[in-house]
Amino acid sequence: MVPRFWRKIKYRYDLRGSYCENCGNYHYPPRNFCPVCRRRGRVREVKLPDEGRVLSYTVVREGEPCVVALIELDNGVRIISQLSCDPGEVRTGMRVRKAFRRYGEDGEDGIINYGTKFVLAD
Amino acid sequence: MIGIVSYGSYIPKFRIRVEEIARVWGEDAEKIKGGLGVYEKSVPGMDEDAATIAVEAAREAISRVSIDPSEIGAVFVGSESHPYAVKPTATIVGEAIGVGNDYFSADLEFACKAGTAGMQICYAMVKAGMIKYGLAIGSDTSQARPGDALEYAAAAGGAAFIIGSNPIAEIEATYSYTSDTPDFWRRDLQPYPSHGGRFTGLPAYFRHVTSAARGLMEKHGYKPDDFDYAVFHMPNAKFPVRAAKMLGFSTEKINQGLVVRAIGNTYSGSSLLGLCATLDVAEPDERILLVSFGSGAGSDAFAIRVTDRIEDYPREPAVWDKIERKVYVDYAIYLKHRRKIKA
Repeated sequence: MVPRFWRKIKYRYDLRGSYCENCGNYHYPPRNFCPVCRRRGRVREVKLPDEGRVLSYTVVREGEPCVVALIELDNGVRIISQLSCDPGEVRTGMRVRKAFRRYGEDGEDGIINYGTKFVLAD
Repeated sequence: MIGIVSYGSYIPKFRIRVEEIARVWGEDAEKIKGGLGVYEKSVPGMDEDAATIAVEAAREAISRVSIDPSEIGAVFVGSESHPYAVKPTATIVGEAIGVGNDYFSADLEFACKAGTAGMQICYAMVKAGMIKYGLAIGSDTSQARPGDALEYAAAAGGAAFIIGSNPIAEIEATYSYTSDTPDFWRRDLQPYPSHGGRFTGLPAYFRHVTSAARGLMEKHGYKPDDFDYAVFHMPNAKFPVRAAKMLGFSTEKINQGLVVRAIGNTYSGSSLLGLCATLDVAEPDERILLVSFGSGAGSDAFAIRVTDRIEDYPREPAVWDKIERKVYVDYAIYLKHRRKIKA
């Protein structure tokens, strides 16, 4: 578990995605290969916008209810992320911004996983 | 000129009222509010801890100025609730804000004054020419045994300061007063701190806070009238008000930074959030006295003069605005948020 998490720290801690200069597509999590352009792809890492809006969402009621949302960032890139809020508060179209939060922990003596979630914007 | 180039703060949105805690323990809420001067306290969310609070405060500080995070040469996080006993919080912060790998770093612990200790280290490193910018953070999700008097005030929050040249507020001088005083402690592997009750007052808080403030003023030639604002560590609202009186500061000078009434004692974030709230309104050439206190015990005093640069510096959202954005929780939810009960 530790190396699997460690490899993704950079992309979980912040919204770092990939951008293909050939076709203009973004990917999050980032890819080192453009699935559209394939060999012609020119992929580079980019920081994605901090804010966006909720396109759709669902509430996962397995244990503590949590909101998972499809979010359109301000540059049009769509990502799936957890929304840290009360399930009753969220509505489609709401403005959201990124936040640094705990994802979970690997037991009481394991590592703590941190990463990006979203919260309702003020 | 070296000082605060930018600052950021974070206060979790959840609050619990003194009445709700008193209801559970069968105590008189009015008596407690009268005794402590605290009406409600901030409570972290279930996915928040001292590391996430530190990152949020640091990100706000960086977003307010055009500094590339890779220019930050040191990251220090002061807390008494570091998520790990062994593994630094500061490296989590460094990674999350994109500092890179070329930086000095350590976690600091000195009860409630670990954040100001980080400011002193950053100030010294910038002054020595070792780094261009240093990031000092005080962040806590403080612990209190259920039913203990501490439970009414032990809160969560944090503040971050980027220290460097051309500041919005110059650190003119700093002075510390330190002694071995066992007023409050937490032994290894213990979940909650213990304290010396009344012993935490005169020989601990008041001795160190007033000695540090007087030491700073004597050594550097200030008198109380030279300061427009004063911020003292806030374990409750009574102690800083009394310390101000002992030192000859009017209550008007400390009210702007007296955030403890509304959010409780945020430990390493306490005096620093008071400083942020004061910087939110301070005008150029106004001078602020900041005195932290950490049990064990010590106080760091700072003379901070606001510069012209603050006029073009974005100070929104203000600390007092953040304090007003809140969601109340009851005692059961509070226990769940503090991970004292689990499904």
